[in-house]
Amino acid sequence: MNYHWNWRIFWEPAPNGTGTYLDMLLSGLVLTIETAICAWIIALVFGSVIGVLRTLPSKTASRIGFGYVEFFRNLPLLVQLFIWFFVLPEILPRSWGLWLKQMPNAPFYTAAIGIGLFMSARVAEQTRAGINSLPRGQKLAATALGLTTAQAYRYVLLPMAFRIIMPPLTSEFLSTIKNTSVAITIGLIELTGEARAMQEFSFQVFEAFTAATVLYLLVNIVVVTAMRLLERAIAVPGYITGK
Amino acid sequence: MIEISHVDKWYGGFQALKDCTTSVAKGEVVVVCGPSGSGKSTLIKCVNALEPFQSGQIILDGIKVNDPKTDLPKLRARVGMVFQHFELFPHLKIIENLCLAQEKVLGRSHDEAMAKGAKLLDRVGLKEQARKYPAELSGGQQQRVAIARALAMDPIAMMFDEPTSALDPEMISEVLDVMVDLAREGMTMMVVTHEMGFASKVAHRVIFMDKGEIVEDARKTDFFGSPRSDRAQKFLSKILSH
Amino acid sequence: MFASFDFDVIGRSLGYLFFDGMTFTLTLTGLAALGGLIFGTLLALMRLSGLKLLGWIAGLYVDLMRSLPLVLVIFWFYFLVPYIGQWLTGSSRPIRVGAFTSSLVTFVMFEAAYFSEIMRAGIQSISKGQPMAAQALGLTYSQTMRYVVLPQAFRNMLPVLLTQTIVLFQDTSLVYVLSIPDFLGAASKVAQRDGRLVEMYLFAAAVYFAISCVASFGVRRLQARIAYVH
Ligand SMILES: Nc1ncnc2c1ncn2[C@@H]1O[C@H](COP(=O)(O)OP(=O)(O)O)[C@@H](O)[C@H]1O
Ligand SMILES: [Mg+2]
Repeated sequence: MNYHWNWRIFWEPAPNGTGTYLDMLLSGLVLTIETAICAWIIALVFGSVIGVLRTLPSKTASRIGFGYVEFFRNLPLLVQLFIWFFVLPEILPRSWGLWLKQMPNAPFYTAAIGIGLFMSARVAEQTRAGINSLPRGQKLAATALGLTTAQAYRYVLLPMAFRIIMPPLTSEFLSTIKNTSVAITIGLIELTGEARAMQEFSFQVFEAFTAATVLYLLVNIVVVTAMRLLERAIAVPGYITGK
Repeated sequence: MIEISHVDKWYGGFQALKDCTTSVAKGEVVVVCGPSGSGKSTLIKCVNALEPFQSGQIILDGIKVNDPKTDLPKLRARVGMVFQHFELFPHLKIIENLCLAQEKVLGRSHDEAMAKGAKLLDRVGLKEQARKYPAELSGGQQQRVAIARALAMDPIAMMFDEPTSALDPEMISEVLDVMVDLAREGMTMMVVTHEMGFASKVAHRVIFMDKGEIVEDARKTDFFGSPRSDRAQKFLSKILSH
Repeated sequence: MFASFDFDVIGRSLGYLFFDGMTFTLTLTGLAALGGLIFGTLLALMRLSGLKLLGWIAGLYVDLMRSLPLVLVIFWFYFLVPYIGQWLTGSSRPIRVGAFTSSLVTFVMFEAAYFSEIMRAGIQSISKGQPMAAQALGLTYSQTMRYVVLPQAFRNMLPVLLTQTIVLFQDTSLVYVLSIPDFLGAASKVAQRDGRLVEMYLFAAAVYFAISCVASFGVRRLQARIAYVH
């Protein structure tokens, strides 16, 4: 291969004046993590609510939940981000649209909300599956003791359901982190974006992408390890989850 | 105490209860038996409104169960219920299982609930297990906890839905002993069970159900002496032959 | 509210959007699903082969791909494929590769990791008695896989594979980052040329939504049929 490797490139100053190329990549990593965490909080909150709606006996509630999930699942994430970023400010009343367009950090907020809502549909599906995997008698027993539906969910069903769906939730969180890279299309220069920028400035394509790859792998390892620890910490003694 | 009159219940197009009428007086112990799928569980679930029913009425201690104005959580809290599969809450310690509804439904203070819980655990012989989780207990112990959990609500009546049929044989008697004590203390009880030994020991009446109907509703001695219907006779000979 | 919008722009560009853009998207989806399924099945077989090294390589590949964002993988292959081509053809310079080929390689390699996990679950879901019975009849390992295990695994996993293909269909929109005119790329080009972002993006969204909805409805029907047969 006639490609000129130069691994020392990371310690050379980047032309955008923010320090070395390594600094550039690391600032991208920080932005990736920040965006992913904000998106994940949104995904968990909305996802749990919608997931619960889908398990209620009320037909209306479960229809609303179904519609929500279908809406966010059947549109590519990229298209959703474009709609939030390019379309929404145009179809809102003029003053609101103007406010949106002039908002500082618009790509960050759009990405956090857009990716958060996109992921919330998947969290909702997991939540629903978790609740439905509990024995039907649990809800009955809670109800028989006089707990209201809200109390039954709060104290009995959700604590168990969330324990059961910890593994799939971990992979949904990893998806959230990966999905932040889609936001480079609306100008969010996160890790992949910084690697791309480094490639454009320095022409050291493979060094840049290798570094990004290694950083993503590290993030994955950290998240998986942390979630394992969390899982172990909240595991119920004697109770075997899964098969 | 419990008045069930002309109750019909459908699951979609399937009629699970057909014109069921019976009553349970205060302090009375009624055993409900019958083949699987005959509607026994459905009947006792209707009593504390865990299942809605389409026609007829059930009156519990003077309160109409199927009245839209009835405060259902409050009503349910006054009827203890014990399930075939225990249905303890797996993420809560034994003592927390006993406290949850006392605090959230009855509004008791944590200390009050703990004291009550400890007393009842002692009563079912499980004081030592208070800090364990349900999955760390045997089936028989779990079912005793479930009984204690129901009693912690100071119920006016207790419903049992096949409380021993998910248990290994050697654990059945420890649960039945608790139930016998309860009956002798004058608790109003409706017990779905095939344990005829229990029935002959403490029941006042036996109800036999088949295909959603109450086929026989007799005093214990009459039922065991000479069931009037063929179906009950057949059923009895089947379960007693073991 | 929509008074200042001009939805005629959609009508004027329908030909470009569908004959060029959607054709690219659907061809890419179809071929990538097929290639990904074949390569993915191979990876699954490697992992289940019982051969340590082979299983380890396949596992590493699958885990690596599944840890990386698709956008980064798209960039990787965009720059890597010319070199792979050079290596394969033995030419003296990195070869020029078209947008379609580059995207196809990317998606086959990327989706294979996800398809392999599905196929692996499918193979593992088949009772151990099946391969035993096949081998008792004298079938070789590869015959057992080819005629007994894989067809069942494929059938059991068909709904999941199809769902993953719908995800793939949506994910192909990400070739946008290479300015390739797939369906979304085409819509975006028109949008920017005519200054009609709102109209074009809403239209693109509607099209993606309609196709995905119909497809997932079909998968649900299939699932219900399978559940009914079993
Ligand atoms: N949730 C339900 N939906 C539909 N049918 C039900 C439901 N629960 C019970 N049934 C039906 O109602 C009948 C009575 O059930 P059940 O009261 O559980 O019987 P038992 O407790 O006597 O075995 C059975 O035929 C059962 O199939
Ligand atoms: Mg029953």
